[in-house]
Amino acid sequence: MAGTVTETQAGRPAESAAPAIELRGISKAFGPVQANKDISIRVMPGTIHGIIGENGAGKSTLMSILYGFYKADAGEIFINGEKTEIPDSQAAISAGIGMVFQHFKLVQNFSVLENVILGAEDGALLKPSKAKAREALKRLAAEYELQVDPDALIEEIGVGMQQRVEILKALYRQADILILDEPTGVLTPAEADHLFRILEGLKAQGKTIILITHKLREIMDVTDTVSVMRRGEMTATVQTSETDAEHLAELMVGRKVLLRVDKKPAAPGDTVLEIENLKVVDEDGVERLRGIDLHVRAGEILGIAGVAGNGQSEVLEVLGGITAAKGTVRINGQEIDLSGKSSDGQSRRARSIAHVPEDRQSLGLIMDFHAWENMIFGYHHDPAYQKNALLMDNAGIRAETQAKMERFDVRPPNPDLTARSFSGGNQQKIVCAREIERNPDLLLVGQPTRGVDIGAIEFIHNQIVGLRDQGKAVLLVSVELEEIMSLADRIAVMFDGRVMGERLPSETDERELGLLMAGITDTEAEHSVDEVAANLAKTQGKVG
Amino acid sequence: MNKLPKWVDVALIPFINLLLALIVSGLVILYIGESPFEAISIMVRGAVGSTYGWGYTLYYATNFIFTGLAVAVAFQARMFNIGGEGQAAIGSLGVALVCLAVPWPHWLIALPAAVIAGAIFGAAWAAIPAYLQAKRGSHIVITTIMFNFIASALLVYLLVNVMKPVGTMAPETGRFPPGTFLPDAYDMAGWVGLRFSRSAPLNITFFIAILCCVLVYLLIWRTRLGYQIRAFGQSESAAVYAGISPVRITMITMLISGGLAGLMGINAVMGEAERLVIDPVQGAGFVGIAVALMGRSHPAGVFLAGLLFGMLYQGGGELEFDIPAISREMILVIQALVILFTGAFDNMIRMPLERLFNRPGRGGGSPAKPMPPGEGTTHKPAVSEPEKS
Repeated sequence: MAGTVTETQAGRPAESAAPAIELRGISKAFGPVQANKDISIRVMPGTIHGIIGENGAGKSTLMSILYGFYKADAGEIFINGEKTEIPDSQAAISAGIGMVFQHFKLVQNFSVLENVILGAEDGALLKPSKAKAREALKRLAAEYELQVDPDALIEEIGVGMQQRVEILKALYRQADILILDEPTGVLTPAEADHLFRILEGLKAQGKTIILITHKLREIMDVTDTVSVMRRGEMTATVQTSETDAEHLAELMVGRKVLLRVDKKPAAPGDTVLEIENLKVVDEDGVERLRGIDLHVRAGEILGIAGVAGNGQSEVLEVLGGITAAKGTVRINGQEIDLSGKSSDGQSRRARSIAHVPEDRQSLGLIMDFHAWENMIFGYHHDPAYQKNALLMDNAGIRAETQAKMERFDVRPPNPDLTARSFSGGNQQKIVCAREIERNPDLLLVGQPTRGVDIGAIEFIHNQIVGLRDQGKAVLLVSVELEEIMSLADRIAVMFDGRVMGERLPSETDERELGLLMAGITDTEAEHSVDEVAANLAKTQGKVG
Repeated sequence: MNKLPKWVDVALIPFINLLLALIVSGLVILYIGESPFEAISIMVRGAVGSTYGWGYTLYYATNFIFTGLAVAVAFQARMFNIGGEGQAAIGSLGVALVCLAVPWPHWLIALPAAVIAGAIFGAAWAAIPAYLQAKRGSHIVITTIMFNFIASALLVYLLVNVMKPVGTMAPETGRFPPGTFLPDAYDMAGWVGLRFSRSAPLNITFFIAILCCVLVYLLIWRTRLGYQIRAFGQSESAAVYAGISPVRITMITMLISGGLAGLMGINAVMGEAERLVIDPVQGAGFVGIAVALMGRSHPAGVFLAGLLFGMLYQGGGELEFDIPAISREMILVIQALVILFTGAFDNMIRMPLERLFNRPGRGGGSPAKPMPPGEGTTHKPAVSEPEKS
């Protein structure tokens, strides 16, 4: 219970103080899966400590143990040098640990203030608590550059603001140690930079910060020390200044990884896809696409960048035959039906359009179907898969699936496993194998490497580039700017249902793209972070 | 989680469910002062102790297999067809109309016609809720339930006002012509030189039910249509991605489901009553739901569960007859307990078993707590990105 928790000392720890957090020999297993294996780590006070690792490496499990969600099977936790039991999150909070989750835990229709005091009210009546919190927020805002309108509703503010509220929540609860789990996944580059400035400010005030991420660049930019996890084990802890991204990637994956995509310059041919004045209005009457024009040529990759929810998904869904639209779309010069009876996934595939959807788990795969059933998904009308007029050739499909799984390095290459039993990267390889092996004229790819481990990212990127090199057109949508920058031959940036501009990767940088992503087209001028954030927030109401 | 050996899923869990139902039933019987062991021996003997018992058990089972398959097929597309009762009643009407309208020379000709009529009538009755679901989004559970009442009222109206022969009082049609009489178990046993009870209603429709089990298996797991039905049932959004039309699959699946329910009319009307009576289905449509649940929506499971419920019905009837203290209502209680334990309480048994089978080799508590957001497990929840609401 809370009684076993030691009080944290107020004020700034001295340079020679004990580690803010020390974990010794932490192990945790879920059934046969060893999520954490004998992990020891020392986080020094007043530093930003990065924890990096692939999906499933055990980072979140470790932090969940620290935050009291799980009980470790073995091991000890020391906070500021004192052995501490953390049986639940209440104990973690009273030990001075605050957590900002990847998926925010905010009540959408409560105000900022109400969310901050939720669970930390001083009494049955809200008024005194609110007044106290209002004062505290003012003070925190001044101290750490954490300005938010305390009376704004969560659903009306942008994602970046919501994240600030999460940080404020932790600070309001007197957190000295702040854990951030993949904090930049939903932010634009400008917002991410601002977040890092906030973190620097917190560090300067003596707070200890643990940053969990899979993005090497962030680790290199902001952390003092970095620990690398792989398959439940802590493989290394190094000073950030003494390492580089390539070395960290190698530690994460366990082998040498090529971070840049190795590709030849594009040799574009005829135009494969032409989009003119494409408009989509959703069920609520909101215009999701406000008339966009794009084209993709054979042998090139057009990347669409943008903050999630600004219409990129709709472009893919329209082209994939999922969403009806108005406007003109031509494939190889022939117009396709966008809203009529022949506008569905089948007719698109018949036009040689393949689609690797953004959400592979709810669109691209049937999670409880076997791999061989998933390998024909969408192409099940192909007569090649029929044994006779009535029955399907299940054995033949199995054999073909096995061959495709081996070509795409799906592990294990067993067609009789359900999609659910593969890791994210292998699930994505199944989808890619299915779509790319059809040798389409146009490949639509959405978030090809979301939730995919680094080793598989390299492979998937190479497959996409390989298709391009065969003279096929590729339309890529990704919220990862790095991915767009390294894969695309041309970049279109979308904001609020419009294309804000097109750039060549060689002639632009993340700053310019970031401004375009926030709807600011005069990219030469200076822009404050708040201007960017305010501009972005305009689109949030429709997104959330 | 969700990793149970197949034999546990298809055999052990139903068996434990059944055992629990029987234990609770036994306690109820004990409470009213009768011996549960005597009761169970009467039930077993009554159901399978004689060719007469078998004749009734398999007759009931035939009904339950048809209605169970109807629910199972719809459930493959994740639609809960509660309307088996009404679809079977209208299917019965179709069978009766065919039998009465044509002076059939021989059952071999009458039977295919009746199969077609029963299936078409049952399918037609399912088509309306299916259309409302597919095009208008009216929930199929609500509409199919409502259509049961409409079917029942329609049958009463037709029998009282239209189809009742002049000069009779009973609200039922006249007897069908002899050319429609199906061979019963006594006749069929005679073909192969065996003896079977003369008075049991089991008839050749039983084999049609078995054939339907095989056909449903092939449809669902071996054909492209079945593939699409299953895909649609697993994930409608993925089905749309793959170009599978939800409207089309909803309609087709419900037509097949209604058609299977309608076939029950062959057994009850053509095979047994040889006339259309006011309630030809007698609750079999609802029992079909329990049969499909217990049979895990698999034709083989439906067959076995249908058999079990046939035994319960026949054995229960005998029990009511032999032990006067056990009333008709008490039989219903026992049947309801079986449905309750095999259907509704299924997870009660499943969850502890899953925990038992997923326990790590040594020590260590079971992961009962939900995982935190983010990574940690091998798979993430389906939709977790903030851009979609």
